[in-house]
Amino acid sequence: MIGVGKAKQYANVLDKPLSRGRQEVSLSAFAFLFSELVQFNQTQVDNIAELERRLEDAGYAVGARVLELLCHREKGNRRETRLLGILSFIHSTVWKVLFGKVADSLEKGTEHEDEYMISEKELLVNRFISVPKDMGAFNCGAFVAGIVKGVLDNAGFPAVVTAHFVPIEGQQRPRTTILIKFAEEVLHREARLG
Amino acid sequence: MPPPTAPKSGDALFASVDRVNAELFTLTYGAIVRQLLTDLEEVEEVNKQLDQIRDARVEYSNGLADLRSPKFLGYNIGTRLVDEFLAKSNVSRCVDFKETADVIAKLGFKMFLGVTATVTNWDAEGTSCSFVLEDNPLVDFVELPDTCQGLQYCNLLSGVIRGALEMVSMKTEVTWVRDMLRGDDAYEMRVKLIKQVPEEYPYKDDD
Repeated sequence: MIGVGKAKQYANVLDKPLSRGRQEVSLSAFAFLFSELVQFNQTQVDNIAELERRLEDAGYAVGARVLELLCHREKGNRRETRLLGILSFIHSTVWKVLFGKVADSLEKGTEHEDEYMISEKELLVNRFISVPKDMGAFNCGAFVAGIVKGVLDNAGFPAVVTAHFVPIEGQQRPRTTILIKFAEEVLHREARLG
Repeated sequence: MPPPTAPKSGDALFASVDRVNAELFTLTYGAIVRQLLTDLEEVEEVNKQLDQIRDARVEYSNGLADLRSPKFLGYNIGTRLVDEFLAKSNVSRCVDFKETADVIAKLGFKMFLGVTATVTNWDAEGTSCSFVLEDNPLVDFVELPDTCQGLQYCNLLSGVIRGALEMVSMKTEVTWVRDMLRGDDAYEMRVKLIKQVPEEYPYKDDD
């Protein structure tokens, strides 16, 4: 019902003050939601690769927005333009905001110049997930890989990003490694910039 | 005043559970809605999907009939979330629907989303009321484009409530009355108790 003299107002999202990002919801609320995301996508695909691609797509949408939001809020409207800068932005700033902690490690691949890895012992999205045997190497971390890709792509660092389980000795649960393989042009640009 | 049967306050309850940044939740929900809009194309279909629904007999219009996940999102979450709620909140059996509504508003919303709702507009029979939300973590950064004006963006929440109540033997109907994304001044959903389903014994194994 519309009160007299109180016409419906259309508040532009950009006119509202930016939240400071301190608000929290319960981890279960997120876990329930994420589980529904996976389940819904499972009904829309025929194979694991397709499922991972769809989770990555969903993550990509999050990453693109997170980049914009954090550059504005945490970096004073500046965005990293160098390879190591953007990687450490993801490893520290993005991770801290989204998952409440800095990622466990950020490493450079030993075999390939263009590969970097972000590893997490217990990735938040995998906390309550156990992958059935018949789904092979499927990793819900594809969603997080998508977030990373979304951030990188939109910052001008196109890359192929994938999530993998890596067994750790003496631990029952494997850790998740997000493998980032940058496009050739990115490395060329870096080399030029010196 | 908190319901006498609830030993924990909403704040204590929320403080006792693991939490994540609300923005991760908000943006993930946004990504889900976007995927649904792409896959299902019709806003009306998305509304249904967010709230519940699709029992196994309803076939997907795009030919992807699939029984693996017939019920979805809100309803689905509600049916599972209620267990966790009962386990952690120490709430015992509510005497009537009024108390149930209070518990949902003060403890349920708080425990999962960190916000509380106000219960108002009871009807004379005490079987339907409104939950009014001032703070709604689902809608940060959200604006409905012209093509999606009919979208009930928050249908997730109504589905959750319906699903959760069904698990404690209450069949309800939940509809949105006010929605700030559509220009209203608050988020208000109307919960109507249709009937109390007597508990059946013996319980079926896989229901």
